[in-house]
Amino acid sequence: MISKKDVQHIAHLARLALTAEEEDRFVGELSAILGFVEKLNEADTEGVMPMTGGTMLAHVMREDAVSDPVLEGKHEQLLSAVPEKKDGWVKVKKIFS
Amino acid sequence: MDITSLTLSAAAKGLRERAFSVSDLVGAHLDAIAQKDGVLHAYLHVFDDAREAARSADIRIATANPLDIEALPPLFGVPIAVKDNILVEGRQATAGSKILEHYTASYDATVIRKLKEQGAIILGKTNMDEFAMGSSTEYSAFGPTKNPHDVTRVPGGSSGGSAAAVAGRMAIAALGSDTGGSIRQPAAFCGVVGMKPTYGAVSRHGLIAMASSLDVIGPLAKTVGDAEIIFDAIRGKDAFDATAYDETEIPVKHSMFDKKLKNLRVGVPKEYFGAGLDADVEKAVRRVLQNMEHAGARIEEVTLPHAHLALPAYYIIVPSEVSANLARLDGQRYGHHAKDADTLYDVYARSRDEGFGTEVKRRIMLGTYALSAGYYDAYYLKAQKVRRLIADDFNRAFERVDILIGPTTPAPAFPLGSRNDNPLEMYLADIYTVAVNLAGLPALSMPAGANATGLPIGLQLIAPRLEDKKLFHIAKQAEAVIGYTAKA
Repeated sequence: MISKKDVQHIAHLARLALTAEEEDRFVGELSAILGFVEKLNEADTEGVMPMTGGTMLAHVMREDAVSDPVLEGKHEQLLSAVPEKKDGWVKVKKIFS
Repeated sequence: MDITSLTLSAAAKGLRERAFSVSDLVGAHLDAIAQKDGVLHAYLHVFDDAREAARSADIRIATANPLDIEALPPLFGVPIAVKDNILVEGRQATAGSKILEHYTASYDATVIRKLKEQGAIILGKTNMDEFAMGSSTEYSAFGPTKNPHDVTRVPGGSSGGSAAAVAGRMAIAALGSDTGGSIRQPAAFCGVVGMKPTYGAVSRHGLIAMASSLDVIGPLAKTVGDAEIIFDAIRGKDAFDATAYDETEIPVKHSMFDKKLKNLRVGVPKEYFGAGLDADVEKAVRRVLQNMEHAGARIEEVTLPHAHLALPAYYIIVPSEVSANLARLDGQRYGHHAKDADTLYDVYARSRDEGFGTEVKRRIMLGTYALSAGYYDAYYLKAQKVRRLIADDFNRAFERVDILIGPTTPAPAFPLGSRNDNPLEMYLADIYTVAVNLAGLPALSMPAGANATGLPIGLQLIAPRLEDKKLFHIAKQAEAVIGYTAKA
């Protein structure tokens, strides 16, 4: 159901540099899982409203302002987690080759 | 007396009566970890400075007058384990993944802030399937956890480390997270109580997200009452999680709270007793139902006609949300960063390939496919419609009964390595638990007995949305008629 070309295309969309071995593995496994979920087509969903989330709450509003002093001043901790940085900024590689 | 065998309530009482100190209690658990965790591997990271926190707590108790003692919060001085996908400031939070192996949390999750405010002592971070994807803890990048009842078997997952820590007497209680059964299934396998709150009853702020419309943090403990104490400590509204309900939306008073099991209407979903259910599990669950009936409960069969579609819907919805949530792990802002990549694309693609394990990649791939152009309606939209049908099944059942009861899992803990090669077979371990998450309901697993070889069997109770307190009330009544306590 899923071809190797499909796997390569999905891996590109998902930003995963899969090995050739992983590509082969996912051809079989994703096909098997998609075969399993085919069961969904047994359900008559004509006119059924999709359930898009887990909560029944709606329109939860809050002030657009800093509301918690505990989270302030974390700049350094956040930056310390960045693998490559320069002068307090996140350093990225060139985008075009 | 071995104080690691105490329940949370008994430990709290002992501290207040000065039968032992917080240092004694915390020390005994750290010693138990040092002694047993080399084999069990429930913890990924132990907080050795918990002894210092315990000493400070002891000073507070030593200088307290009887009124102060009475005013101590329920979790004061209680040693608790925390699943490694929940952030504790200044500590590692790997979520069981190599991609976050060297990541340090920069803030406390809301649940952690609440535990700290009560004076609970955090013992460490527990092992889990990578990013909470799995049912055995074997998908942890740091090696599997073993079941304390039989070390050749899995503890369940994904909160397997938390369940094993409680069952192995290496924590009084623990926090886990449940997206499709990840608290209840390991609780069942390890013979402890595990509770999945109503979606939104507990803030998700500071929980490393897997599937945001299903994830919820909840307690694992030795008794139903202990789990309730933790639930009460962590629940409530939070400005950082718009889906979090206010405390007051969960009724703490209910007409039925005054009665025991007499005339309680118990629904038994017939779909949860079909093919694939282990005979010992069925026997143990039927025995509890019979005891409840003797105590005056009215047992009736109910039907959840779309139950067989829960797993297929789950395995579209979860991977879809996973593929979006895990996109932020880009090797650029935090986490594993691929060396010698030339372009930004390579940094992304290689960091992610090197950092993620197979099950995580499998779900990202599946979700990316389900959400991609041309397939969205056939998979994601269809699954969301089926999700509505599944939630409606429960609503209809609860028009007739107060609670649903069945097995938590089709079988007791399986041997390590027995399901690794077949992802679909691993998914089947959650067949009775995933529908509850899709519908957003509260549910609890508690020990119902054991099979001939001593492996615990879990009983699952499911209540209507926001009726978490009723769930605890009924589970306590069930606990009284079960009369089984698991020993590891």
